[in-house]
Order: sequence, then C-alpha cells, then structure tokens
Amino acid sequence: MTTAMSNKWDAGQLRLSPGRRRSDTRMRYVFTAAGVTTLLITLLIIYTLFKDAWSFFWNVPKADLWTIGWFPRRGMYDIKTLFVGTLMVTGVAMLIAVPLGLGVAVYLAEFARPRVRKFLKPIIEVLAGIPSVVIGYFAISFINPNVVTWLVGGANKAFNIASAGAAVGILTIPIIASVTEDALRAVPMSLREASFGLGARRVPTTFRVVFPASISGVVAALILGVSRAIGETMVVAIAAGAVGGGLFSTDLFQPGQTMTAAMAALGFGSDQVAGDGLAFQSLFFVGFLLFLMTLVLNVLGDRLVRKVREEY
Amino acid sequence: MALATPASHGASTAASLTTELTGSKRDVRGRAVEAVLLATLALSLLILVALVVNLVQRAWPVLSGRLGDFLSSGLDASNAAEAGVWQAIRGTLTLAVIVAIVSFPLGIACAVFLEEYAGKSFFARLIRINVRNLAGVPSIVYGILGLTIFVKFADGITGGRTVISGGLALAVLVLPVVIITASEALRAVPQSIREGAYGVGATKWETVRSHVLPSAAPGILTGTVLALSRAAGEAAPLLLVGGITGLLRTGDQGLWEQITKGGFTSMPVAIFSYARQTGADFQAVTGAASLILLILVVLINALAIWLRNRFEKRW
Repeated sequence: MTTAMSNKWDAGQLRLSPGRRRSDTRMRYVFTAAGVTTLLITLLIIYTLFKDAWSFFWNVPKADLWTIGWFPRRGMYDIKTLFVGTLMVTGVAMLIAVPLGLGVAVYLAEFARPRVRKFLKPIIEVLAGIPSVVIGYFAISFINPNVVTWLVGGANKAFNIASAGAAVGILTIPIIASVTEDALRAVPMSLREASFGLGARRVPTTFRVVFPASISGVVAALILGVSRAIGETMVVAIAAGAVGGGLFSTDLFQPGQTMTAAMAALGFGSDQVAGDGLAFQSLFFVGFLLFLMTLVLNVLGDRLVRKVREEY
Repeated sequence: MALATPASHGASTAASLTTELTGSKRDVRGRAVEAVLLATLALSLLILVALVVNLVQRAWPVLSGRLGDFLSSGLDASNAAEAGVWQAIRGTLTLAVIVAIVSFPLGIACAVFLEEYAGKSFFARLIRINVRNLAGVPSIVYGILGLTIFVKFADGITGGRTVISGGLALAVLVLPVVIITASEALRAVPQSIREGAYGVGATKWETVRSHVLPSAAPGILTGTVLALSRAAGEAAPLLLVGGITGLLRTGDQGLWEQITKGGFTSMPVAIFSYARQTGADFQAVTGAASLILLILVVLINALAIWLRNRFEKRW
C-alpha cells in the first residue's frame, strides 16, 4: 500500500502553493500593522499633548500659574482653580456613585435570583449608555432646581458644582457597579459554600468572605470610577457654569471650573481654536495633566482587576 | 484572606458564627441588609425614571407643537422657534458611517492580531496594555488629538474642520471598544474549531477567515454596535475638532462639498449648544433634542443586548 501511495504522493505536494503562502504572509503583515496602529495612536496623543504643554510651561510667566482664577484669554492660568474644581466634582460624584454602585453590584452578584438579575442587568446597562450631554441637561433641568437648591437654600439657581458632581456620579454608578460585580462573581463558589457550611448566613458570608476575597477588584472599581469622573467633560461644561473662565472657588454650591470644562471652553469659545498663543497652548497643558492623572489611575485600576482574575 | 488570619479575625468570625447558629431563627439582619441593597437598586432605577419623565415633560411643548418642523429645521442657537435637529441628525449619521468605515476594520484586525497571531509575546502584552489604557483616556483628549492631527496636520486630506475630521476623531475614540469586545469574542471561539481547519490543511489566514471570524461574528457585531452608540452620544472631542455650536448655514452646497468642506454638527453638539441658552422655550428645544438622542442611543444599545442574547453561543 505504501508503495502504491508513494507513486502518487510525495511530501512536496503537502507544501503550500506560492499563492496561498503569499496571501497568508500578507495578511500577517496587515494584522500586525493594525496592532502597531494602536501604539502609534498612544504615541501621537503623548507627542501632541507634550509638545505644546512643554512650550506652554516654559513660556508662561510662572506668576500667571498661581493667581485669582482661570481666565486664559486674559493671561491668568491659575491651575489650582481647575484642580480644586475637578476635585470637588469628583468628590460629590463619588458620594453618589460609591454607595449606589456598590449596593447595586452586591445585590446583583450575591442576593438577586438569576431571573431577577437577568432582568435588571440590562436596565443598569441602559444607564451606562446614556449620553453625557443628556445627563448634563438632566443636571440643570432637574437635579439643580428640584434637589440641590431645594436642599441648600443659598445654592446658585442656575449652575453649581454640586449638581454637576451629582450628575457625574450618575454616570459613574454603572462603571463601579459592573467592575465590582465582575470581581464578586469571580470569587469561587467553594468559598461561599465553605462559609455556609460553617453555619454563616448570606450577610456574613457576603461581607466577611466574598467581599474581602474580592477587595482588590472593589478598589479597582473605585479607582476606575474616579478616573471616569475626572475625565467627564460635557456634564461639567453644561452644568457647572463658568464658561470662559472662573474665579478660584471652594464653594460647592457656586459655579466652578474643572480641567475638562476649561478645555472644552477653550475649544468652543468662539467656534475657533486657533493660533499659537499661550491661551491656545494652555489647552494642551491642561490636557497633558489630565492625561497623566487618568493614566496613573487606569494603570493602577487595571492591575488590581488583573490581580483578582489571577487569584482565582 | 480573612480565613487565613488567626487570632483577631478568627475570634470575631467565631463570635459572629456563634450568633448565627444560636440566635433567632429569623434572619432579621439579613433581611435588613437585603432591604438596604434593594433600596440602592431602586434609587438607581428611580434616577433613570426621573430622567426620562423630566425629559418628556420639558420636551412636551416642542413634541406636541412643532415636532415635524423641529425634525426638519437646522441648527439655530439664537431663535428657539426656528431651532431644530435636522442638520444634527444628518451629522450624527455621517459621523457614524465614518466611524464604522474606519474603526471596524482596524479594530477587528487588531483584535485578530492580538488573539490569533501575537500569542503571549512581549509585543502582544504591550499592545494589550496600551489598548486598555486607550479605553480610559478622557474623550476630550481625543479632541486634542483630532485638532492637532486631523484638522491641522492632515488639513489637505480632511479639509480642516469638517465632518471627516470629526468622524476620524470619534473613530479613534471608539477603537479600544471595538478591539476589546472583538478580542473577547475571538477568545471565546474554542480551539477545536481552529484545529478543524488546520486539520484539512488550511493556512492561518484561511482558518481565521473561514472558521474563526464567522464563529466570533455575533460577539464582534455586538461590540461594533456598542461602539456606534458610544460615538453617537459623544460631544467633547467634536467641540475641539470644530463641531458648530451656533448657527450652521449649509446654503446650496452639494452633499459631497458639504462633507469635504463645510461645517458640521451632531446631536450631542446641538444639545450642548441649546442647553447653554436660557429661557423656557430653549429648555423645551433641549429636552426634545435630548429625548430624540436618548431614544436613538437606547435603541442601538437594546439592539446590541438583543444580538448578544440571541446569538450567544455556548460552546
């Protein structure tokens, strides 16, 4: 039989035809190029931000970086105004998003029956999909008049940091909820069963066994939530007031300026971001700082998420 | 973790277990905690309801009074009675087409590279980390990228502040979403399917084309739909790339001329410009535009969720 075969076949016939080999190699290059493109995008982001941020930093009179407020078109680039504004918005957002996000996640992962969960999860996902401009409008048309000014008499009737922060919080709930839920569900069933076996009920099992076991994932959820809140632009641009600039303020219930809103303002101020002036370059400076802050948070959060996955 | 720690933790755990085992049969504390958790869920849903009800209420004067006119009028942030969303809807659709053309092939190709070609090499890990970080970059930063690269540097190709620049900026923004979801879909394809193709002598590319991609198609499709919905709701980068926020005159430009030379706007950008105007009539305009965008985005998301559930494969 072997002799009969060898008459007809030899190893050379198993070799690819040149055409198929060529197309295989070509596609390998195409796919590799697509992968390299993503690296290129990151490098371009860093390069474009850094180039003008650097030149801004060396050309701006240092006294202008620490004045009474952020008025780029008048040569006042008070960075602390933006930092404090961003910090306040993020703080208020976390005040809303952490309890709600964690509560929703723990309920869905540990308490809800599968059928209830299957029904509720898509609704929470809808919350995640709401465009930020819509939430921004919700902040000025509902949260501020009906909640914030109702709770705090002296609050600014049109725009303030608190209502912008609350709206950013709403946007952050689904992120915290979904990352936390993933972390809780990554904890193996055997840990829960061991706890139940010892006689512990659901609550001690959840908070003494499952929660500690997934703690790095929960921390990751909080970090990623903070990063999202810091980077949110449209809600703050609509609801926090301060369009072209703002005085330094630490009042939660007055208009304020954040890093992102300041960047958006530089962009749409006159439908014209042009020229090479310092005001224009300050856009890149603030953008670079924002990029660095979120990068550090994201890398940290990402590592913690990985840690949970590797543990189990 | 808690179980491994002796002494202090052990003592309190033992104490709590004792109460569990010897205390009342009715789990009062359990019920209370469950009620609190349920309350957080209810509050989150209540926010969603309040948002929709508030939008409909605010939008009512426009919806009942001049819906047809509103849908067919252009962008005008100075006169609420004339303001509409026609140009914004057209802009959003054009942007979506550009995003689809650019980010889908590129994103899926990158996912194929990561899952099928790159393996566990250092280079692959670098790209994976890079993609995850890109996903977390604030959207306004992509606006800066778009302004520098697409509007200024590639002025000759994109025509400057045109819908092409805007679409490219959004395409880069949603690229990580496409890559991450497509990667997950490819990873879920069992090895045996690839081995089946290799077994009959297929090359790597033939395996990917004829076996892996078709098997992963539903998951990839879900990801691309989600990416489109993200792009449809995004405004921040467009503000920097030149989305028009005041009054947009299209005049008698042809469609091609409009795309390659003219100004553009989109639904989120229009909502932003209307939201900045004061007065009850602009409140109604903003509400109506927001409601339309919300319905659009929720429909796209629902489509994605439906696709996922409909075609979800259990291997």
